[in-house]
Amino acid sequence: MTSHIFSVLVEDSPGVLSRVTGLFSRRGFNIESLAVGPCEQPATSRITIVVTGNDVQIEQVKKQLNKLIEVIKVLDVSDAEHVERELAMIKVRAEPGTARSEIMQIAGIFRAKIIDVGSETLVIEVTGDSGKIAAIEDLVRPYGILELVRTGKIALQRGSATVSSGR
Amino acid sequence: MKSGAQILIEGLKEQGVDIIFGYPGGVVLPIYDELYDADIRHILVRHEQAAIHAADGYARASGKTGVCLATSGPGACNLVTGLATAYMDSIPVVAITGQVPTSLLGNDAFQESDITGITMPVTKHNYLVTDARDLKRIIREAFHIASTGRKGPVLIDLPKDVSTALVPDVDGPDQQPRLRGYKPKYQGHSKMIQRAVDLLLQAQRPIIYAGGGVISSDASAELVTLAERMCMPVTTTLMGLGCIPTDHPLNLGMLGMHGTEYANYAITESDLLFSIGVRFDDRVTGKIEAFAPHAKIIHIDIDPAEIGKNKQPDVPIVGDAKSVLTDIIKKIPESCPHPEWLEKVANWKKNHPLIYRSDGKLYPQFVIKTLANILGDKGVIVSEVGQNQMWTAQWFTFTRPRQWISSGGLGTMGYGFPASMGAHFACPDQPVFVLAGDGSFQMNIQELGTVAQYNIPVKVIVLNNRFLGMVRQWQQLFYERRYSYTELPEVHFERIAKAYGIEAATVTDVSEVESAIRTALAHPGPYVLDIRVEREENVFPMVPAGANISEMIVGHHTEHEEE
Repeated sequence: MTSHIFSVLVEDSPGVLSRVTGLFSRRGFNIESLAVGPCEQPATSRITIVVTGNDVQIEQVKKQLNKLIEVIKVLDVSDAEHVERELAMIKVRAEPGTARSEIMQIAGIFRAKIIDVGSETLVIEVTGDSGKIAAIEDLVRPYGILELVRTGKIALQRGSATVSSGR
Repeated sequence: MKSGAQILIEGLKEQGVDIIFGYPGGVVLPIYDELYDADIRHILVRHEQAAIHAADGYARASGKTGVCLATSGPGACNLVTGLATAYMDSIPVVAITGQVPTSLLGNDAFQESDITGITMPVTKHNYLVTDARDLKRIIREAFHIASTGRKGPVLIDLPKDVSTALVPDVDGPDQQPRLRGYKPKYQGHSKMIQRAVDLLLQAQRPIIYAGGGVISSDASAELVTLAERMCMPVTTTLMGLGCIPTDHPLNLGMLGMHGTEYANYAITESDLLFSIGVRFDDRVTGKIEAFAPHAKIIHIDIDPAEIGKNKQPDVPIVGDAKSVLTDIIKKIPESCPHPEWLEKVANWKKNHPLIYRSDGKLYPQFVIKTLANILGDKGVIVSEVGQNQMWTAQWFTFTRPRQWISSGGLGTMGYGFPASMGAHFACPDQPVFVLAGDGSFQMNIQELGTVAQYNIPVKVIVLNNRFLGMVRQWQQLFYERRYSYTELPEVHFERIAKAYGIEAATVTDVSEVESAIRTALAHPGPYVLDIRVEREENVFPMVPAGANISEMIVGHHTEHEEE
């Protein structure tokens, strides 16, 4: 069982996300993370899906995705060298004083940004791979995490390879 | 300017549609108004489920795309079983449903249901049309998608205001659909084809395992040519029956759960499994690890997702059965004899024929054999689901593809009778017989109204055993004869038929079977033949679910009649 990152180019039409996610639940594949948005091509969206499975299951995921009429291209990005990122926003309890400056120091170390300062809270924006986000989360937890929100993982292949070039 | 409904009807005619099966309702009124004087025949069924089964039966018998029409909400929901049936068996159907006006979508309006959402898992694709200007393109795409690649049902959901909207007639007559994400691959990879040929030429004990894909791609002639050149036996799935004549010397009949003993033995002993247009379904393979344990596997399918889904092949070939077979045949010498293998297979065939008792009682197998003898090479045979289906698959003598129509993958009881209506319109010159059980027939028995109204001359043979026979058989074999809710009370189908104005007869004695079938055949209109068969006859051989297919329950060995 290994984790795979699929980049899926789809027609930007209503219902397409539901077709893709419906396929996963119907065939018993579990989605670990999902991110959707427009991409460089017009009328096209790019879905990034993280799914865990054995080789046979992963092959089926890919083939079943390809069968959807509105799916234009499917690529297992994790097959090759790639970069991946997630973004999280963490609202931490930060009373003025030492706590607040400690949190700001931690954020600095992680090259995270403070994007909101309240009278008793800070909102940290952090970007990175899953490990980095987990690490900063652990470090600020003692101060009191009031809320945490995370995007799905997005990924690109390194170098000149692209999904549409089919590699 | 044209209305959406007008564009729809013109679009159907552009696709060559001359018959649709449907049921009207509120939001399809604009479409029905267009149909009123359109040059398309409409058959009014009694339940929408029958409309889609009829469209499906039409598609299976003709090879063309079947079309059905239903209103929103309950009408659309009643299509779901039929869509799932067509989807599982890869049958080209276009279903058109009405929808509440776009302004009411999502408001839980009267007779609103999210039919595109509901049918997503059971259609190849579906559309909710929100702008009449898209309709022309969508109709073309829908027919293109339904009838190419791995075929299947496509649904078009048409809100009432889209049907009534007046829009300019947008484009000329022959715009090809352009779908970025849909490019089915027909031609097999030449390297893989060569590898398949190499394996074929090395094989000592090759066998063909052929399925519905061969029929769908119209590749039966090529299949028989390959089998004859290679001197290799052929076994087919339920869906593949007819792709080689039943009485062809190389044909071993059906394999799997209710397959012949010799087909299952041959699969088990083979050293090369040439699989084409099949999907290694559990009803075929039994215990998948023990299926064809000594064989190298070649798997040809138009759907890449079928390859390696259940069984990993040695040579995968994605492509159309006809194209791939043609390419392979070119590389196969005129004759590659396998005398020892064929002799072994012939011995199995001789020593383990299909059998049933011949003790003077009325057995369902006898009815089917008699029907086959009477029809010769004529007729379209439609089955319901259950024992009636398996006995027909085992005992009818099929002579050609598209002669056999049956719900395979989904196993939909109530499919056969409505499908037979479609089969008649596809093959108006052929006698159409339905082999039904009393359980299945009662699932869509209301269609007697339709066949009476249009004088559709289908002949229904009810193998009446007053049981849900296949479930009863499992209860007998695996649940110590605890017949939990499988017994049905006596029904006089003759009287029901006559109430609809349909000719009918009841048969209780084996001596009456032949003349009763001849009477039904000779009758110009629909006919119902209620045949009271032995109540607890079983379908054998039988591979228990999940067992090795070479380990069959073979049933009664005494007092038997040879095949």
